[in-house]
Amino acid sequence: MSKPEFVYTTFIKTTPEKLWHALTDRAFTESYWFGCSLTSDWKVGSPMQMTRDGRVMNECVILESDPPRRLCYSWLTVFDEVMKKEQPSRVTFVLEPSQGAVKLTVTHEDFAEGSATLPSISTGWPLVLSSLKSILETGEPLAFEKTVAA
Amino acid sequence: MDEVFKALADASRRSLLDRLHARNGQTLNELCDGLAMSRQAVTKHLAILEAANLVATHKHGREKLHYLNPVPIHEIGERWIRKFEHGKLAALSTLKRQLEKRDE
Repeated sequence: MSKPEFVYTTFIKTTPEKLWHALTDRAFTESYWFGCSLTSDWKVGSPMQMTRDGRVMNECVILESDPPRRLCYSWLTVFDEVMKKEQPSRVTFVLEPSQGAVKLTVTHEDFAEGSATLPSISTGWPLVLSSLKSILETGEPLAFEKTVAA
Repeated sequence: MDEVFKALADASRRSLLDRLHARNGQTLNELCDGLAMSRQAVTKHLAILEAANLVATHKHGREKLHYLNPVPIHEIGERWIRKFEHGKLAALSTLKRQLEKRDE
């Protein structure tokens, strides 16, 4: 078992149910995930697609789904020819109630040796998580430029 | 946000974040290695960084690994930097880095 490459946490003033919805609803994800929408039935073994402007960015498979506590999916970036050939990595979301808020921990691991996906993801998660926190707490996502968003 | 600024207002704590930025997911022993700080001081600083959510921890077998969590720093940036300034600021940082490198 190798150690995770990234562990991100954020505290969001919301409920685990609302946060789960925010992580799994197609229209809601599109509103804060910098134009990226996530489509799946969120059952273990089901595919999940992340699309932006009708183009598939990442192809995923649901590995664990325990609403509203734990969600895990494989992650294969397919918009880039090099990244497409890598072994899929794995991302896990853990939602824990914490003093009137929810602690969200995102762990991303199992990247291929010398992965090209890894550097592109390292800048993406802090953006997505800040925007998620913003939309749940204020109703407004973060503004973005398409060129910098992951 | 006060906690984040207080946590960052210390050179030792910033150097611990630098070490995690260079290599993410380190144990306490690895972080202490080669530092002129006592293990006790490192533990104390890490607790402050963790309370400010600048460091996230992950249990890996019997080890506790420390990760740099840049989410609060990103939120500070978002609060005062408007989206159209990102490009200009990135250009300025690149310019500063290149000019200063030449002086080394």
